[in-house]
Order: sequence, then C-alpha cells, then structure tokens
Amino acid sequence: MLAAPKGGGLSLWAMLARRLALGLVLLWAVSLVIFAGTQILPGDVASAMLGQQATPAAVASIRQELGLEQPAAVRYVKWLGGAVTGDFGRSYSNRQDIAKSIAPRLKNTLLLAAMAAAIAIPLSIALGIACALTAGSWIDRTIGLVTLSAISLPEFFAGYLLIAYFSVMHLWLPSSATVSEGMSLGQRFVVMLLPCLTLVLAVVGHMMRMTRVALLNVMTSPYIETALLKGLPRSRIVWKHALPNAVSPIVNVVALNLAYLVVGVVVVEVIFVYPGMGQYLVDHVAKRDVPVVQATGLVFAAIYILLNIAADMISVIANPRLRHPR
Amino acid sequence: MGDVLLKVTDLEIKAGATTIVDRVSFTLDKGRVLGLIGESGAGKSTIGLASLGHTREGLRITGGRAELNGRDILAPASAKARYLTSASVTYVAQSAAAAFNPAHRLIDQVIEATLGHKLMRRSEALARAKSLFGLLGLPDPAHFGDRYPHQASGGQLQRAMTAMALCSSPELIVFDEPTTALDVTTQIDVLAAIKHAIVKTGTAALYISHDLAVVAQVADEILVLRHGRMVERGPVERIFAAPVEVYTKHLVSLRRSEKLLTAGGGNVLLRVSGITAGYAKGVDVLNDVSFDVVRGETLAVVGESGSGKSTLARVITGLLPARSGTLQFEGKSLDPSLTRRDAPTHRNIQIVNQIPDLALNPRQTVEAILSRPLAFYFGLKGSALRAHVSTLLDQIELPSALADRYPAELSGGQKQRICIARALAADPGLIICDEPTSALDPLVADGILDLLMRLQKEAGTSYLFITHDLSIVRSIADSVVVMLGGKVVRSGGKTEVLAPPFDSYTEKLIASVPEMRPGWLDDALAGRGRPGTLER
Repeated sequence: MLAAPKGGGLSLWAMLARRLALGLVLLWAVSLVIFAGTQILPGDVASAMLGQQATPAAVASIRQELGLEQPAAVRYVKWLGGAVTGDFGRSYSNRQDIAKSIAPRLKNTLLLAAMAAAIAIPLSIALGIACALTAGSWIDRTIGLVTLSAISLPEFFAGYLLIAYFSVMHLWLPSSATVSEGMSLGQRFVVMLLPCLTLVLAVVGHMMRMTRVALLNVMTSPYIETALLKGLPRSRIVWKHALPNAVSPIVNVVALNLAYLVVGVVVVEVIFVYPGMGQYLVDHVAKRDVPVVQATGLVFAAIYILLNIAADMISVIANPRLRHPR
Repeated sequence: MGDVLLKVTDLEIKAGATTIVDRVSFTLDKGRVLGLIGESGAGKSTIGLASLGHTREGLRITGGRAELNGRDILAPASAKARYLTSASVTYVAQSAAAAFNPAHRLIDQVIEATLGHKLMRRSEALARAKSLFGLLGLPDPAHFGDRYPHQASGGQLQRAMTAMALCSSPELIVFDEPTTALDVTTQIDVLAAIKHAIVKTGTAALYISHDLAVVAQVADEILVLRHGRMVERGPVERIFAAPVEVYTKHLVSLRRSEKLLTAGGGNVLLRVSGITAGYAKGVDVLNDVSFDVVRGETLAVVGESGSGKSTLARVITGLLPARSGTLQFEGKSLDPSLTRRDAPTHRNIQIVNQIPDLALNPRQTVEAILSRPLAFYFGLKGSALRAHVSTLLDQIELPSALADRYPAELSGGQKQRICIARALAADPGLIICDEPTSALDPLVADGILDLLMRLQKEAGTSYLFITHDLSIVRSIADSVVVMLGGKVVRSGGKTEVLAPPFDSYTEKLIASVPEMRPGWLDDALAGRGRPGTLER
C-alpha cells in the first residue's frame, strides 16, 4: 500500500552500504594516524630489544632485519597492504604472527565486554526508567547520586576497591582473572566477575542518566497526555508510548558505552591480569613493539566504527517516518 | 431539560498564586453541546481538562466540584477514579498531529482506550473504528488506520482523533479548539464531520474555541469566559440575538468595516513578473507568478497552506532567489539574492511575521529591538535615538514605559505591535505582512488591523498582506491575488476578485469563511449542493 521512498530518502540497505563505505574511509584515515603516531613514539625497538647489549653494530643489524631502514611511506603501504588481507605481520619482540596472537585475546575481550554489557544495559535502562517515573523523589536522587559516584571513581581505583572487599576481606572471588583454554564457561564467569563489575560501574551511570533524560523529555509530549487521558496504566504509557520514542538517544549512548567497554578495558584487564586485547597492547607498548600496537589500534578503531554504524542504523529503524515514508 | 451529565460547581484552579479558573459553574445535559468561548488565557482548556478529571503540571484545583453522573471526578485523583472517568469522557486536542504517538499506527491508538477498558473485543473495536472513519469522511475507511500519523494530513488527523474519542462510545467529548490549526477550507470539512458525528451518535460535548463563529455552528449553548471568569451563558440564538454583557456584544459584533478603495492611479511600487521558485532540488513551489503592488495600497495574497504564499514573501525579500522571473522595485530591477542587494533596498522592504514570539530576540529589550534599525539605517544616536523610539511606540499606541521591557513581559498583541514598529523604523516603502494576525485572539487581531490601516493612511506605506482569511481581505485590501498550488488563479481589484462570477477555488475559499451566525455551516454545506455529505 505504501509507496517506495521518494527522492531524497534512501532505502535502508542503500543507507547501510553508504555508512559502511564511509566507515572504511574513516578506518583508512585512522590507519594513517596510527602509523604516523607510532613513528613518532620515543624509543627505538632495536635498542629496547637488545637492552644492555645495544652496540651500534647490533642495533643496525636488527634494524635491517626488521626492515626499519626503508622510508616510512614504503613501510606504511606494506603494512596497510598486509592489514587489508588480515596479515598484521610478526611481532618484533617474540616473532609470533600477530593475527594469530590477537584472535584468542580479541575473543576474551569481547566476552568480557559482552558480559559487562549484558548486565549493564538492562540494569541502566531499568534504573533510568525507575528514575524517570519517580523524577525528583528520593529514589531518583539516590540512584543518581550512587551512579554518579560510580562513574567518578577511576576504574583502577574501583577495581582495587572491589578486590579489597571481595578478594582480600572476604575471599569470595579471585582477584586475578586469568582464564585459560581448559576452563569451563561457568568457571570463566566466576573468574571474570570482578573485572566485569568494575566495567559495569564505569558505564551504568552514563546510560542510566541518558535513559532518564530521554524518557522525561518524551513524557512531556502531548501524546503522553493523550495516553493519560485514555486512562491507560502507567506501565503501558511508559512501555508503549514513551520508550519507543526515546529509543534513538538511548541507542546512541548505549553504542558509545559498548565501544567504551571494548576499547576502554585496557586498564581493567591489566589490573585483573585478564588475557585480552588491552593487556596485550600494554605489554607490547612497553616493548616498543610497533606492529602489535598498530594492529590492536586498528582493531579497536574498527570495532568503534562498527558499533556507531549499528547505533545509527537502529535509530533509523526505530523512526517510523523512515520505515514508512509517506 | 434532560438528565444532567456534567455538573461543575464553583470550580477554582490556580497556578501558584495566580487564579486560572475563578469559581466557574455550569451544567451540561446528556446529548447536548456546550460551547466554551474566550480568548487565550481565559481558562477554557483548563476547564475542559478538569472535566476529564485531569489537571496539567503546575495547576492545582483549589475549590469547587465537578460531577459526572453525580460522581465526583476531581476529589480523589486516584488511578481508579481517573480510569472510571476516562471510560466515559474523551478528548480531542487542538493539534492531533502532536497528540497522536508517532511510533504507532493510527488504528492501534484509536482502539486502545476501548480495549484498555475492556468495552469490546478487538474485532468489534476494529469494526467500530472503521465505521467511525467512514462516518467522519476519512478516505478508504477500511485501511486508513494502517497509516502512521505522519502519513495523514492535519485535517485527517483531526478527524481520526475525533474517531478515537468516539470509539469507546463515551458520554461526553471535550473538543479543545479542534479546527483552529487548520485552513479555512479544511476547517469547514472537519467541522462538518465533527458535527455530523456528534449528532449521529448523540454524544454530549464541550466545544472549546476562541472563534465564536465556529462554536455557533456546533453548540446548543454558549458559555463566554474571560480571565477565568464566566461572563455570560445562554442558548446560541439568544447570545447572538441579544447579548447582555459588553464583552459578549464586542465578540458578536466583531465585523470589520470594508476598506474604502484608495483613489487609484498610484504608480507601481513592486512589480513581480513571471516568478518561478522552489527549494533545493525540489519541485517548483511558485509557478509563473506575476502581479503589481501599487504605492500606498494593500495587495492581499490569499490561499490555503501549501499554496506558496510564504515562499513568495521569501522570494521578494531575497531570502530565496527565484529560478526565473524578475522583480522590479520603484522601476529599478531588484537583485534576486538578498546578499547582493544594497542597504537602501534592504531598508525599503520590511517584513512582519506570523508568530511575533519567534521574530523578537528574547534577550533584547523593546528599546534595543527598535533602536537597531534606526541606528543601522539612519545612524541615529543618543537622545535623538531615544526620542525616535518613543515616537515609534507612540505610533503603535503603546506607552513609552514599555521600552525597558523584554518580549517575554509583553502580551501577544503587544509583541506583534513591536514587530510592526520595528518594520516601520526603517521607513520602508513596502511591508510584507505574513499572516500577522492569525496567531492572535479575534479582538486583539482586530486592533492590529486597525493599526496597520491607520499607519498606511499616515505614512503611505504599501502592504503585501499574506493571509488565508478572506474576511480580513475585505477590510484591508485594495487588490487581491488568489493562489493555489503555487499559481495565481485570480487577481485584480478587490471588488472584481470578490464578486461573481467566481472560479471554483475562490468560491470555495469564500464559502469556507465562518460567518458570525448560527446555521451558517448548514447553509454553506447546502450551498455546495450536497447537504449533509462531506468533502473527502
């Protein structure tokens, strides 16, 4: 019955294709920045590798072995060419294939992020709704105060507080989140609980506040008054009439926080000795292991861009004007 | 007298310390329609919502009672009480476009309350909604409800909201200015649809409006309100035939005298020839539009929304350069683009907008607003500047003490006067008035029109007056241009344009203007040759 989108409106697939293409351009730009950034990092990998034995001759021979004497532009093209085909080269420090080393760590990081998201997103949306419904009351103010304090704590501090309470005072949970191949999923979850909680504390406040504001905004709309005058129960007004119209801002802030969960876990992984991307990155920054830093940077950027594209697409889909053009 | 449905006694509602509704009492019998009439701030909507047991945020019911079938609907504002009330009283808002949830299909919203109160099975509710869509003259009643709100026009949404209000077979419907936001040509259709539906279903209604001519077509009785107090109440015929209170007399006798035609023979100030214009990449909004504005006279541009009236104003001011066609001002060619015109040209063409709230900088005082063009165009400073501001305020009949006020401290009519003064400050040859009175209450609008006419006589300014209201045209215009879909369908001197033989569009426009007498709607519909039927 409905006509196809008129001029100016893109179909969803065309829009997705365009966003993905733009994402690729962005990713290429990021690769330039990463490469340039790693070039101006202080320190030299050859000296760092050799340590005490860094005689000029030894340094020169290692530089040649790693191809460092070539001009930067040549190295960039080689690196990018490899990265596009999934080949990130070999680590300087331990000569291992970086793509192979990243795979299990990326899996671990994504698992941790997913676990944190599975707790944090429903929790913060529920808290946001609770706050919006009781706006101005003591419930609203208590939730606001607690979550705000939680964001204000730096993660390393929150992490150590959790360790102090759960691992040192009560011995309930392990302080180190070392996971290995042989562990069952259940065991993994127990071990990962503390880093996961640390992440949840860091993101809940932001998402909850956005949910609250978006809902309160919608609740002042005339159509909410219409629903009220229909004598509908409060729960139906919130779920049927307010939430669908608040989806867009909420999805955007959720995506931003998901990206943070994946990308921002660096500190948390180090605190809890969790074998993920963050720890891998930090270890190799210390060793001036440039290819690893570049590879992890690029993977983080790709995840960030993908999540943002997903958020944009979900807000478009949630808008009936775009789903059902005139 | 029939059975009393709604009984309101000494109702008092306050916002903080301000009294919004001041001891209002009335009764409404089953199946009757009571019109609540008054200007903005008279407390009409507040009374209407109180009849649904609802008060908006910030308002408190501080006294009185409202009973529906003998049950107090105000005292315990419990969820249960509101639930009971909502089953028997429903609401039609001024802007159905805002009152429908954009995220859901119309049909689901129309039957929602009926299902929520478990009054019908889903299939019965759907069938009733569809038959109501038909009753209200909506296109394709069986499938109309599948649309989302943004897929229906303003007039259609207003009817759909009436269908929503009727769906649960309520005893009382509160109509809150249901046609105010519509064009006259759409208004008459929606009005006819609403009247038809209330008569057919025998539902009682509170019909709220600031437009007495509209209320008179629907209501059995009228209650006149002002500043939250009752002024007068009586049957429609009595109110029109023998109003008692002075305020009611003013409202009823609000008929503007016809403007006497200017002597004529004046030279052409603005010549618009063959203008075709549109927005980026879009279709042409204006198509080969030509007319002349004579010095010292008023040209009225008439048409319903979407006919290109406001776009025309943008083209003449240079905000939207035309695609083709030329503009001539005082015999000299006018550059299409605003940015390439010189200061004297800018000075010579001024504009007064529809909504003064948006046209005035809320952070500037009246003095700052009026000083700007005086300083910019004439380089006035110091005491000369202040003296001129005070002269301007005098010209627009406002006390010079107002110079220190901010726009937020002024009434709607005062703000529009400031906008006129600001245009006047540039001493322009032409003022474009874009629906300057359509956001104002009738008596206030009347004052603004009087002011504009007086200023024209004194200063010889020409007006290009954009309006959708033909009743205004008679009292202000010398010549008229009728527009439809971006084209000029009729133009010429006022007497010729507004006299038969008409083209069908001009005739429809003229017949759609509500007349200040009961029974006009029936006559107008009969005049269309199809009594009782509705325009789709």
